[in-house]
Amino acid sequence: MNVLDASEISLRDINTTLQNAANTRRNEAYEIVNPRGSHAIAVGLDGPISVTIKGSTGYYCAGMNKDASVTVEGSAGPGVAENMMSGVVTIEGDASQYAGATGHGGLLNIKGNASSRCGISMKGIDIVVHGNIGHMSAFMAQKGNLVVLGDAGDALGDSLYEAQLFVRGSVKSLGADCVEKEVRPEHLELLADLLKQAGADASPQEFRRYGSARELYNFNIDHAGEY
Amino acid sequence: MDKTPHTDPIQSWTFSRETNSEIRRAAASGIYDIRGGGAKRRVPHFDDLLFLGASISRYPLEGYREKCETSVTLGTRFAKKPIELKIPITIAGMSFGALSGQAKEALGRGATLAGTSTTTGDGGMTPEERGHSEKLVYQYLPSRYGMNPDDLRRADAIEVVVGQGAKPGGGGMLLGQKITERVAGMRDLPVGIDQRSACRHPDWTGPDDLEIKILELREITNWEKPIYIKIGGARPYYDTALAIKAGADVVVLDGMQGGTAATQDVFIEHVGQPTLACIRPAVQALQDLGMHREVQLVVSGGIRNGADVAKALALGADAVAIGTAALVALGDNDPKWEEDYKALGTTHGAYDDWHEGRDPAGITTQDPVLASRLDPVEGGRLLRNYLNVMTLECQTLARACGKSHVHNLEPEDLCALTMEAAAMAQVPLAGTDWYPGKPGF
Repeated sequence: MNVLDASEISLRDINTTLQNAANTRRNEAYEIVNPRGSHAIAVGLDGPISVTIKGSTGYYCAGMNKDASVTVEGSAGPGVAENMMSGVVTIEGDASQYAGATGHGGLLNIKGNASSRCGISMKGIDIVVHGNIGHMSAFMAQKGNLVVLGDAGDALGDSLYEAQLFVRGSVKSLGADCVEKEVRPEHLELLADLLKQAGADASPQEFRRYGSARELYNFNIDHAGEY
Repeated sequence: MDKTPHTDPIQSWTFSRETNSEIRRAAASGIYDIRGGGAKRRVPHFDDLLFLGASISRYPLEGYREKCETSVTLGTRFAKKPIELKIPITIAGMSFGALSGQAKEALGRGATLAGTSTTTGDGGMTPEERGHSEKLVYQYLPSRYGMNPDDLRRADAIEVVVGQGAKPGGGGMLLGQKITERVAGMRDLPVGIDQRSACRHPDWTGPDDLEIKILELREITNWEKPIYIKIGGARPYYDTALAIKAGADVVVLDGMQGGTAATQDVFIEHVGQPTLACIRPAVQALQDLGMHREVQLVVSGGIRNGADVAKALALGADAVAIGTAALVALGDNDPKWEEDYKALGTTHGAYDDWHEGRDPAGITTQDPVLASRLDPVEGGRLLRNYLNVMTLECQTLARACGKSHVHNLEPEDLCALTMEAAAMAQVPLAGTDWYPGKPGF
């Protein structure tokens, strides 16, 4: 195990070390100790590398991740795994706002709760939240799957495109153009797979599915009151 | 028969024919007017400024003989690899999607031939654009359509777009008729639906967050790329100051004449400030923070010729960016397509329904037949010529003011023709040593 101490090494050096190690594609394991809420830590990784961060992180941890596996043994600040392309990012604690924002692929696994705007503008990423999510989550979400084992806050899926939302608990309110949809066998299969990947103890049958009504896809003046 | 003379029919200034036609259009359609381009209203502009030229107290440089440099380096503050341009004129961000692939290629070719940069837009970077652009600025927009770390690293600079002059505070809309399979695929959305571009970024709000966002972008790209921040002409002093505080290498300031692919006419004409009014406050912010020339200022919005370039530089800009003018150079609104313009209910020079994708010039369209009207090689040649002419014009004016580099132009070289322009540019009204707001008067 390679250990990088964030109290002794600069952020630049930590990220350079991790990025170079990822580029070698040797699947090495790194541990970062004393992260002390550092911003932009373990960002831009492009290759199979395993990074464990022993503590909480600031903004944009694991931003734009490709192929790497990043685990935060603590909570993550705003924008964790933003614009992630692939790989797995796991948060053992809670995640702040905009978790997985604009993510294109990979799995973001949040063991605690996620704050507001989780999965905003997501473009293909899979997000599993073991706890609850805050308001305006999946706002303008385009592609991918958001699975919530707990409850969802206000305006879930507002102005949603083709992303699929699965919630086990209650939904405080649905956003504009977001509707509940039938759960079909292919959705149960998808859910079972995502829950298994995330190590979540839940049955696919317990979830309800939400998606776009597709009423706002082309501008219509009669819908102006929806906004 | 009544022989009393009649007054000639008088059209109302308030209810002009254009105004009334818009009222009738709104009444019939029930929706606001959407169009492309920038503000069409007359606002104080560079035309309202004049260069004084050399005289006994200033001696000029010999045209065609004595050197007048035009190079500019952008991104000297933090970036390991600043961008070096031969001319102080860049191509502004315009998206593949709003523009055809051929038009984007032509912009890349022309910019490269002239020794300058071009810029992506909402919708990501295409291989053709990257391939034909020696220096390519990659826009980081609220929608993040097509955003990925590989293109980020392939770029020569990154432009974080906070706003644009045509619509400070507004997002965008690419209507479904322009969303072909390729455009949709690049944006991760279904074919044929209207694509909204968000008005603010999804994962940061305010200057403190922006500072961290810039840190992330730098960490992902090894601190190599210059980071530009593009702002619309809303509050240029404070926005420039905050962009500097957030860590920008370059501030791109776009006034209200700057174009857009599509937004509401009411937004274009009624939000934001004229380009002329934005430059001095932005330069003041740079000077107050000791960052003038260390953080470069790129000005856009209604730049049309070398005189505009020279005046913008004299007011303190390091470079300018052109968008609409570059499209005109490629053939936008060319009279040779007049029959087609008439068929669309408009005329050359006035065509602005860029969002509908039926551009006779084949520039603002995804229709393959129309798009094939633009030869990207010839378009690149036209753009290069135009950029060269602008540069020569700018040099001519700079030499006349005795400057061996276009960056040596200064406000003292200018006077204003109108009170408004004098106030905005903070240069004396012609024939006086005074401008409105000048300290001591």
